[in-house]
Amino acid sequence: MKRVFLPHNLEELWRIIAGEPKADIYAGGTDLLVKLRQNLINTPSLICLERIEELKGVHEQGDEVMIGACSTHTSLLENPIIQRNFPVLTKALNVLASPLIRNMGTIGGNICTASPAADTLPLLYVLKAEVEIRSRSASRQMALKEFILGPGITCLKAGEIVSGIWVKKVPGFNLHHFEKVGQRKALAIAIVSLATLFKISGEEMVEDVRLAWGSVAPTVVTSNEIEAMLVGHRLSRQVLKKAAPIARAIVKPIDDIRASADYRRQVAENLLIRLGSVQK
Amino acid sequence: MKINFVLNGKGRVLNAPSDRRVIDFLREDLGLTGTKESCGAGECGVCTILVDGESRLSCLMFAAQLEGRNVLTIEGLASEETLHPMQEAFVQFGAVQCGFCTPGMILSALDLLKRNPHPTRTEIREGLSGNLCRCTGYQKIVDAVEATACKKEKGPPL
Repeated sequence: MKRVFLPHNLEELWRIIAGEPKADIYAGGTDLLVKLRQNLINTPSLICLERIEELKGVHEQGDEVMIGACSTHTSLLENPIIQRNFPVLTKALNVLASPLIRNMGTIGGNICTASPAADTLPLLYVLKAEVEIRSRSASRQMALKEFILGPGITCLKAGEIVSGIWVKKVPGFNLHHFEKVGQRKALAIAIVSLATLFKISGEEMVEDVRLAWGSVAPTVVTSNEIEAMLVGHRLSRQVLKKAAPIARAIVKPIDDIRASADYRRQVAENLLIRLGSVQK
Repeated sequence: MKINFVLNGKGRVLNAPSDRRVIDFLREDLGLTGTKESCGAGECGVCTILVDGESRLSCLMFAAQLEGRNVLTIEGLASEETLHPMQEAFVQFGAVQCGFCTPGMILSALDLLKRNPHPTRTEIREGLSGNLCRCTGYQKIVDAVEATACKKEKGPPL
């Protein structure tokens, strides 16, 4: 039998971690319990973060927003600060798994699981999110793109948790877009996804743009080159088609049960081209 | 470990290994077999229960996580001889074929109507998208949820 601990605050958490250094730490459990059932987890004990109020909620601090790592996807979908400032996050959460999973899974869990197909990672890259990492004795903050090292691999060390996600508001970016291609609408693991922030001028010119693809490489793929190609132009099919081969070249997808690498390369290109028909 | 929680309206103090999955705890230990298990991985929704009024997958929770919570399974929904309006509607609209998905469908539908009392048919489909029906009876299930939402508009709260 594995012991399951449910600390109610961070003080209690640090105490439990000190006594159970080999414990696995989880939040919603939507990944952990599946792996446990496949006998992929052999730790003697488990620590669940779901009761720690300090790790939940959305806090506005000047031009930044701090999202508690243990906030469920549903709570973020319903949060007015998120709705007002980060439509791109709301759009992605709307197609993340199912309402049941969204009631349980957390944004911190999605980050720490570090799946190449994670639905929140591409948009957190375009938002230039930073993760706040805490342990009993220290607290540090780092860019999400530095934090994620590979599939299932992060910079998290023993005794540390991700406590929050810091995101700067992006008032200039007036068009937020997220598109995910999967085998069905609900509960689909992304075959390819693309998160985009645009700053579009009154003349419909792209003044600034940030793009990030998910599920096409070990970690999220971004491209300064494509972004530079789009700035100063209208989002015409012609301009997007010119940039598309670069998208094909920079993604490093794999063949798996959901799609072939070739198909993923094609879809990565197509999602870029489709930006031309995004509702402004 | 001792778990102190409310189950279908009654306060209970029960013993369970802390890593017992809630689905096993309910079905095997307590004999509450209305909650079903199919995929065991969060993809089918037949194990749905309400925890503090919110739909959860009992195959992805440990018994320890029930401590202090208010749990509702399908067995606790009807009061004595009277079915819950959502159950009534499922009967009336023939929204049950083999019945395996029904407990999860009904509890997910209640979570949906709590958040969105007047959903469109599309919103009902999205709200129930984590619950699979292998008899492909979605049309009637959506009908039943829609009818319950309309009734709720007129009648007393659910």
